[in-house]
Amino acid sequence: MSDMNQQMTARYKNNFLKEIEQQAEMGEWVKMCMQCGVCSGSCPTNFHPGWQHPPQEIFMLIRAGKRDEVLDSPSMWMCTSCYNCYVRCPRKLPITHIMHGIAEYAYRMGRAPKGQPTLHLSKTFWNNCTKTGRTNEVQLTQTLYFKDGIVSGIKKALAMQDVAIGLVKAGRLNIMEALGGGHKCKGAKGIHAMLAKARELENQRKGRAA
Amino acid sequence: MTSVVATNQTILVVGGGIAGMTAALEAAETGKEVVLVEKNPYLGGRTVQLYRYFPKMCHPACGLEINLRRLKANPRIQVLTMAEVTGIAGDKGNYSVTVKLAPRFVNESCTACGECNKAASTEILDAFNYNLGKVKAAYLPSDMAYPQRYVIDPSVVGSAEGQAIKAACKYGAVDLDMKEEVVTLNAGAIVWATGWQPYDAEKITPYRYGEFKNVITNVEFERLADPHGPTGGKLLRPSDGKEAKNVAFIQCAGSRDENHLRHCSRFCCMASLKQTRYVQEAFGDAGKSTVYYIDIRAIDRFEDFYQEVKANPNVAFVKSKVARISEDKNGDPRLWGVNTEGYIRYSEPYDLVVLAVGMEPSVKNVAIPAEVLGDSSGFVMADPANAGIFGAGCATNALDVNRAVQSATAAALRAVQVVNQVARAEA
Repeated sequence: MSDMNQQMTARYKNNFLKEIEQQAEMGEWVKMCMQCGVCSGSCPTNFHPGWQHPPQEIFMLIRAGKRDEVLDSPSMWMCTSCYNCYVRCPRKLPITHIMHGIAEYAYRMGRAPKGQPTLHLSKTFWNNCTKTGRTNEVQLTQTLYFKDGIVSGIKKALAMQDVAIGLVKAGRLNIMEALGGGHKCKGAKGIHAMLAKARELENQRKGRAA
Repeated sequence: MTSVVATNQTILVVGGGIAGMTAALEAAETGKEVVLVEKNPYLGGRTVQLYRYFPKMCHPACGLEINLRRLKANPRIQVLTMAEVTGIAGDKGNYSVTVKLAPRFVNESCTACGECNKAASTEILDAFNYNLGKVKAAYLPSDMAYPQRYVIDPSVVGSAEGQAIKAACKYGAVDLDMKEEVVTLNAGAIVWATGWQPYDAEKITPYRYGEFKNVITNVEFERLADPHGPTGGKLLRPSDGKEAKNVAFIQCAGSRDENHLRHCSRFCCMASLKQTRYVQEAFGDAGKSTVYYIDIRAIDRFEDFYQEVKANPNVAFVKSKVARISEDKNGDPRLWGVNTEGYIRYSEPYDLVVLAVGMEPSVKNVAIPAEVLGDSSGFVMADPANAGIFGAGCATNALDVNRAVQSATAAALRAVQVVNQVARAEA
């Protein structure tokens, strides 16, 4: 991943705005921001300690070429996707999607903060669900609960047991899936091929080495 | 029946605000015949509803008085009030226009003595004061209304109260049998000066206008400051009548917003800067104003005015588009957002919040009963292919009084040229 980071640094040199525009999903919108601050004011996270930079500050940092500050920022990972900023933006910037685009790009560059919970969830979910084409709920929750060790995992599982029992009774959770296997989609191979092709096309479009 | 003398050499001016009056006067003073059509019972439009003008802080009475004197002195202008254009047919040099006249129920004999007002008991919303107060159903729209004639609201016509109002008039001016009329008139050229309306603030849902009584618009604040307004010129907030000593102004309320008005309404920054002066004048150093802005657009020569307000220690500026408004238990509106200079979150209560709402064309180009070119906000655009219909004032763009007058003079000149061509062809 850091190879790609070097590749991109060499290609875009000091033009970080252009890099974001061409490489990050929805990055082409960044230049449209007029710095009114309504996105930050509308954010329900109330600038949780992890929120180093509110959205319009991230956009300004990009325009100012502050590559390291932006890619290393934990802020994009704090977005809860409530879409308040998106609906209120007077320039109709798809802010939620831009934040996700930049977060994803930072991850590809190997710059995303280590151990960030949203990143952990996203990775776990992606791996879990692309493996068979269906989510294995038991394995997914196991991985998430025991992320910080056995004791905290057991505590979390106990706290959620009523919900789990309800899901089992409703037939939405199969305990046996803990052993592996579980429900999958018929054409898992086809999904893998599709995702590989999508990656290939994206690399082609964005001029990235495979 | 109302009779209107008009030929294909007549210029029709639609809208009797500052732009329409100016266009009508300029054209008539070059010797052209003019018909001026106004929807309200009085001339002057939104300009008369202001307390003061920027930048000189003079009262609209002054500028309008001059125009009214010119108007009264000029026999070439026929004024139709309570009239609306409903159809335009024909082409440049020969339009046929249908005008709908609503009944006023008071004829020309009215001396504005006010006896009908005393006889009336029903109260209706006071449209002149943006519905902030009430007036009796026989009313004079404003002290300086022209024509100086009372209006009787249709709600009392046919009632015993209507008869009492009629009986109170010593001059036989009350005519309860007046009916709506439709007249057709000729015109060679048309000046479209239907002006603007304040953007509907209820559509900006996070600001809760209409729900929180102490969140008002800039046009309503003008009426509060005006001695002829609902509070007699005292800055009292609507919920409990408390003096509004700590006032917040929210700029770009609807303007420069793809979800509302795409354009910059241009006058609102200056209007709010002007209104901070009302607060200062009313309460001295106890009066505090805070202006929340994206950027202050004090166009061209008004920069001085901005610098002067900025130097006032009682006026604060916060660079931020307010995200939302909530209401405290005591009725104080509370503003939430982020100050982008330093990215600091705020949550501040105020006595009163004034939304600097933008300008929207009163009649969008798509609603004009003729082929007119308009921009994406519905303002009438100058169109070289356009035959004999010319936009003027705020029907063409978001303008202040000064620029509206300039635009009206330009439109009058274009209309005069069309009428001159017609005259030459017939000579």
